Formats: sequence, C-alpha cells, structure tokens
Amino acid sequence: MTDTPVETRKAARSQWWDVWDQFKSHKGAMLGAIFFVIILFGVLIGPLLWPYDATTIDIRSRNQGPSWGHPMGTDQLGRDTFARVMIGGRVSLAVGLTAMFIALVLGTFIGVLAGYFKRLDGILMRTTDLFLALPLLPLLLVVIMLFRETLSARFGPEGGIFILMVSAIGITSWMQTARIVRGDVLSLKEREFVLAARSIGTPNRRMITRHVLPNVLSPIMVSATLGIATAIITESSLSFLGLGFPPDFPTWGRLLRDGTDFLQQYPERAIWPGLMISLTVLGVNYMGDGLRDALDPRIRGR
Amino acid sequence: MLTYTIRRLILTIPTLLFISFVIFLIVKLSPSDPTSNLPLTIPPEVREKIRESLGVNKPLLFQYFLWLKQFFWLEPRIYLETAFGWDLGTAGEVRLISYQTRSPVMDLIWQRMPQTLWVVGTAYVVGILIAVPIGIYSAYKQYSIFDQAGTFVSMVGFSVPPFFSGVLVIVIFSVMIPNDSFWWLPSIYDTTHQVTDWESFKFQFRQMIMPVMVLALQITAQISRFARASMLDNLNQDYVRTARAKGVRERGVVMVHVLRNSMIPVVTVIALGIPGIFGGAIITEQVFKVNGLGQLLIIAIQGGDVPTVQTLTFIFAILIVLFNLIADVLYGLLDPRIRYD
Repeated sequence: MTDTPVETRKAARSQWWDVWDQFKSHKGAMLGAIFFVIILFGVLIGPLLWPYDATTIDIRSRNQGPSWGHPMGTDQLGRDTFARVMIGGRVSLAVGLTAMFIALVLGTFIGVLAGYFKRLDGILMRTTDLFLALPLLPLLLVVIMLFRETLSARFGPEGGIFILMVSAIGITSWMQTARIVRGDVLSLKEREFVLAARSIGTPNRRMITRHVLPNVLSPIMVSATLGIATAIITESSLSFLGLGFPPDFPTWGRLLRDGTDFLQQYPERAIWPGLMISLTVLGVNYMGDGLRDALDPRIRGR
Repeated sequence: MLTYTIRRLILTIPTLLFISFVIFLIVKLSPSDPTSNLPLTIPPEVREKIRESLGVNKPLLFQYFLWLKQFFWLEPRIYLETAFGWDLGTAGEVRLISYQTRSPVMDLIWQRMPQTLWVVGTAYVVGILIAVPIGIYSAYKQYSIFDQAGTFVSMVGFSVPPFFSGVLVIVIFSVMIPNDSFWWLPSIYDTTHQVTDWESFKFQFRQMIMPVMVLALQITAQISRFARASMLDNLNQDYVRTARAKGVRERGVVMVHVLRNSMIPVVTVIALGIPGIFGGAIITEQVFKVNGLGQLLIIAIQGGDVPTVQTLTFIFAILIVLFNLIADVLYGLLDPRIRYD
C-alpha cells in the first residue's frame, strides 16, 4: 500500500491510450498517418466535389499544362488528370486495402493453426516455405493473364479484374504474417495465463479467440500496415506492365504507364501518379514504423 | 556441416519438383492456343496436326513428364555435347520449342541471359558497395544527422517503386537535359552495342548508369538498414568493451572486431536478395527497354507462349531455392555458433 490516494483515483486508461501517446511522439509516423488519411478522404470524397469527371472526353482542351481549372493538366483526350488521379487512387487504395485484408486473414489463420496445434505445424509451415520459394511476380503476371478473360466475362471487366487482382495479391503475400503469428503463438502457449485458462477447461476455440488472438494483435497490425504498402506497389507494378485493369479504367499504375508514352512532351503526366504512389507508400511505411515502436511494450515505457 | 548441406541439397529435389508441378498446372490452365498466332490460311486439319506435333492433346501428366525430361535430361546433355564435342545421342530428340519463335526455349534464354546478368549483377555489386559503408557509418554515429538522412533515404528507396524512379531519372537526365550536354544519358539501353575502344566503353558506361542506379537504390535501401541493425547489435557487446579496454585503436575495434561479426547476417541477406533482384529487374528492364530475361517473360506471357513462360518461371524458382540453400549454408559456415549438426 505505497500508492498515494491521488494516483489510485486516476481515471482508468486502457493500453491503447499508451500506444497512442507513443505513436504521437513519432513525428514521421504522425506525418505519414495524417498524409494517408488525407489521401484516403481525397480519393473518396474528392471526385464527388470536383467538377470534372474522370472519363469525360473534351478534345478541345487536350494536352493542357497545369492551370487553375486543371491543376494537373489534361491528357491527350482532354480528360482532367486531377480527376483521373483521384479515381485511380480509389482503385489503387481499394486493391491495396482489400488484398492486405485477405493476406492478413489467411496469414493469421494459418499462423494461429500452425502455432496452436502441434499436429498441423509441420505441414502448414512446409506449405509456407513452398509459397516463399515461388517466384511471385512472374506467377502473378501469368495468373492475371490467364484468368482475366474468364473473370471479366463473369463479373464485368472492372469487377472481374478487381476480384482477380485482389485474390492473387492476397494469396501470394500471407506468408510473412503467418510466420510472425506462428512464432508469437508458440511463445504465448507456454505462458501461465494460457495454462490457467486451460485448467478451468476452456475449449480450444475459445482459447484462441479469447486468449491467443488478442495477444497477437500487435504484430498483425504492423504487418497489416506494411501489407498495404506492398499491395499498392504490386498492383501498380502489374498495371504498369500492362497486365492490370482495362486501359480506360484509371489506376495509379495504369496512369503512369500511359504517361510514359508522352514522356518527351509532357513528363508531368507520368510524374503525378508516380508521386502519389510513392508518397502514399512512404506514408504507410512510416506509419508502420511508428506503430511497431508504439506497440512494443519494451520501447513504450521510455 | 557437410551432412547438413547434403541433406538440404536432397530436400531441394522434392521442393523443386513440387514447384515445377504447380507452375506447370497454372500455365497449362491457360485457354491460349499455340496455333492462334499462325496465319488464318492454314486449314483446320493441318492446324490439328500442328497441335498434335506440339503434344498439346496428350494427357496433362504425360506433358508434365515430357517437360521434366526435356528440361532435366535432354537440355543438360545438349550442353555437354556442345561443350566437349561428345555424342550423347540427342540428335533426333525434340527440344523444348517456343510457340512464338519456333526456336529452342533454352537458346532464347541463353541469348537474353547476358544482358540481364550484366545489368542486374552490376547493380547488385554497386548497391552493396554503397550500402555497407553507409550501414557501418550510420550505426557508428547512431542518431547523428548522417544516420537520420540514411534512414530517410532508405525509407524512400523502399517506397519508390522502380517504375517510378526509372521514369523520374529518364525525365531528368534524358528529357530535361539537352541532348548535347555532358549530363545527358540515353533512356534506352542498347544491347547490340559492342565495347571495342575507349569511346564505346564510355557509351556503355553512360547507358548503364540509369538502370543500374535505379536497381541499386532499392538494394542499398534494404542492405544498408540491415548492416546498420547488425552493427548496432554488436557495438554494445562485451567483447567490444574488452577490445577497447585493452587499448585496441578505435579503427581496429570497429573495422576488425565489430565489422567481421556484423557481416555474417549481412552476407546471408545479400545471398537471399539475389533472386528477388531478378524479379525487380523485370520492371526495370521494361522501363529502360533492356531485352533481357524479364522482357522475354513479358513477351512470352502476352503471346501465350506456354513453354517459355513455364521454363522461365521455373528458372526463377530454381534461383530462389538455390540461394536460400546457399544463405543457410553460408550462415553455418561463417558463424561457428550456428552449426547445424
């Protein structure tokens, strides 16, 4: 009973407030997070407010440089580049977030199963190793080339390629998460609170959802952030190589690819989307960096 | 250590077989027809004959084993024959033929290999040469301005994809800078260029600067961070204090004692990164129009050239498995604390 009454009366704080305090003190992470939120709202709300449509062709005002009416200029068909960049960002971010989510669910599922059930560990981890040994970029290219037609016919040109892109990226990027989660689960299993829970007869299912999953949340969150960055880059690479969304459907990678055709005359057309990709990924990476520090209890105390 | 290496080597065989089967299945599911690129004047029955001669109508497993036989049994014998002039009886056998060019796939790959190896290899060496000193110095002066700048630059290197950094340097050095300036660099890599004298060497050097630097930026970003973390791990160890206490000069402490221990994980990371670099080169080759392996893959994918895609993807897989093995063995060899026996 050394505590003074003042301290005991202090309002209860959940650990997430400590995490937030630590996160706030990381300048790069804060900047990255703010930038990411701005981009997110920009691409969601921006196209609703902006007077120009991304697909309206206005051949009379083609190939314009930056002006007040068109802050990023117009392309060879007179479409407003700013509107296209915003719509393209919507697709790129949607692909990035959804693919990350799929990879995360898959990785966590496999990681928890492998770490928790000893019988499954061997086979699941060998599968993970096999996936890590696959040449991912070539395979992604092949898969998208092969299934594009089929899925386009089934779900429409945009919907089909979206489903294909998201599932292909998701299925090829869960391995890191699975490995990290498995390691954490393995060490959690040896802890006393797990033993205590087991001694009162907690079934496996509740053990995982109540005791294991909440404790592996931090590494999952960090790999989620970094996963967004990789997914955005992968999507743009595929679009850049011409194996992404259909030509008239803007994404950042596609816009960059179209811009390189006019590099000599209008270099800014390739630079805008490229800059958006790079800055978004940079922001997300800094965010992940700060999150990792904030979620690490050894660093947080200092 | 030797038994470990042999065990791992034997283990790679089922791994590679499995991967090759997965690749085979994915590629074979393609709806593309090998005769679709032929002229429309060919009558359907001839078309069917061509299909038959390519073995497309055979059962899947048969095609898979045929491919395995061609890749692992026939091709090596052909190289032995050309290398030593032996006769191993390969004369009448059908090699892996590309649907697009009708020439053996392996010949195509050997034609493209030097360009890729030359650009990628130089980039890797340049990247390592830049990364390791940066890593050492930023660890030694942790939290200094140099370290902060290094962190930022490597963060940028992580985040800027090669298809943007490549385009950016083309805009700066090929478009904005006038043609006759000393700083102007060619944006297209001319692979037919032969180095014969000083002038042509200078041209070769100039055309390599941009692709190499774009690839090297990414390599530097990864390896310099890793070298820094590894140096930091070792700088606070007891043996460093001992070395300082017994009067070893600071230079000796850092460059001999700490460096040698810190480079162990860095070497393995360097080995692990090599296959990844080939993947990254696919994009860089596309940006700078280098006709290497990556470009061959893209053309083959777009043309539905099944044998080429399958073989190339499998070669990438072999690289990954091989360098994983090399990294593991190197780790054990370099670090006596980690012996696998």
